[in-house]
Amino acid sequence: MSNASTPEERRERRMILLLLAPALIVVGLLLITPLVWMGWQSFRGPEGFTLAHYARFFTDTVYLSSFVQTFRIAFLVTIAAILIGYPIAYVAAKSQGIWPPIILGLVLLPFWTSVLVRAYAWLILLQRRGIVNTALTKAGVIDQPLILVNNEFGTVMATLHILLPFMVLPLYATMKKIPAELEMAGASLGGGGGLVFRSVFLPLSMPGVIAGSVLVFVLTLGFYITPELLGGGRTFLVSMLVSRNIEIYNEWGAASSISVVLLVMVFAIFRLASMIIPFERIMGTK
Amino acid sequence: MQLTPSSLALRIFVVIALLWLIIPVVIIVPMSFSSARFLAFPPPGWSLRWYESYLGDPAWMAATRTSLIIAVSSSLIATVIGTAAAYALNMSQSRWVRNLQVVLLLPLVVPIVITAVGIFLIYAQVSLIATMTGLILANVMLGMPYVITSVLVGLRKFDPTQEMVARSLGMNRWRAFFTVVLPQIRPSVITGTLFAFISALDETVVAIFISGGDNQTLTKRMFTALRDEIDPTIAAISTMLTAISFLMVILMALNSRKSR
Repeated sequence: MSNASTPEERRERRMILLLLAPALIVVGLLLITPLVWMGWQSFRGPEGFTLAHYARFFTDTVYLSSFVQTFRIAFLVTIAAILIGYPIAYVAAKSQGIWPPIILGLVLLPFWTSVLVRAYAWLILLQRRGIVNTALTKAGVIDQPLILVNNEFGTVMATLHILLPFMVLPLYATMKKIPAELEMAGASLGGGGGLVFRSVFLPLSMPGVIAGSVLVFVLTLGFYITPELLGGGRTFLVSMLVSRNIEIYNEWGAASSISVVLLVMVFAIFRLASMIIPFERIMGTK
Repeated sequence: MQLTPSSLALRIFVVIALLWLIIPVVIIVPMSFSSARFLAFPPPGWSLRWYESYLGDPAWMAATRTSLIIAVSSSLIATVIGTAAAYALNMSQSRWVRNLQVVLLLPLVVPIVITAVGIFLIYAQVSLIATMTGLILANVMLGMPYVITSVLVGLRKFDPTQEMVARSLGMNRWRAFFTVVLPQIRPSVITGTLFAFISALDETVVAIFISGGDNQTLTKRMFTALRDEIDPTIAAISTMLTAISFLMVILMALNSRKSR
């Protein structure tokens, strides 16, 4: 703050802070304070400072396997979201007339539907005597109902379904900004459709792929509803590890240390991604 | 796009992907009108019994009322606070203030379970657990980022010279904001409100931790019911929640058309 500021500038600055204050207070009290408190709790035991809560990451196999499973599912969901989301965004960006709003509308409707409702829908579809199994049995494809739910498959399916819009929307926004002239230029220089796509369109759409992947990956890391309802106890993700420690064992130190580790990982992923594309772009404010 | 075999394959793939996206959302509708207790598709007969069991149950009605009060009040508060913050973020030139944007968007970034545990922790100290105030406050925080992002996008499209002209003609910032800026960014403000509303209505994880007693939300009751058994009453409630979502999408589409 320089002393050369005029009264006008000082008044301006005061007003900016005043306008930001309510929002900052809400986030400060309800989010930052508890996070700091949990950070402190994670180092506290009955006799003051301790590293015992973090030591469990190396001694308790449930911790490690839970993190490994969470990252594996996050990875699977992200890859699948790219493979399914990219073609959808591509067709929406390339078509004309009424198609783009229809495609985006079909992507947005599930996006706006409650996560709980969609988890329930997948339960109806995938359970032992659910719609999919009944249809397949009637069609004579299978004799025995397939086990589609209460396992990792059900969790991945429902999580992917819920998070796919987070991949399609940033991808679509990025693809819309790629000038068509660039592809025409590529084609006029003799490039075939496939070559122009690979050497012009694909690289230019990468920021969208990264933004979408970061969102999908990070959101999967913290997912709670779908593994709880569709995992059938076979998926034990980090989020469930946190909630069990509170609800059943009342272990604040343990829950705090797991939260700290997960949070550090989430921040690290955002930090890494923001070296490639700005944070504001990932969050869609720019 | 020309219709080559590969572009045809691409389109078929996209149609299948879109069906996969949309079927789970619409499949609930016929299930909710089923006459059967078990979930068969197609339903063996049609009835309104699951809607009756929802509308006739005082506990479900109380939970619905709780959820609606939370969603309406928290989205309105989030709109006021969030719009003020977005306006300030957009106005400031200082890097330091702009970095505050990251702080204000934190509720979107922090995994929801951690947020829920944190709020539970704080509320336990000040006895806000299972209170309406506590639930509204938590949803204000969760909805605010949607308002901020949406209004920021609107403000970036807005030509700031208009506001400067209004002020050079003697309006103070306050008046210039309400008479010149707000009318033009109204669609983005409304979009933010709708987002905050639906986020509060659908919010489940924080509610699992902090709602209870007389102030149990609809989603918490649904979650608890789903853990125990798959009751078709949930299908009726889900259909109504989906109808609200559908209404929101239509409102948004109308809203963004008006802004053009």
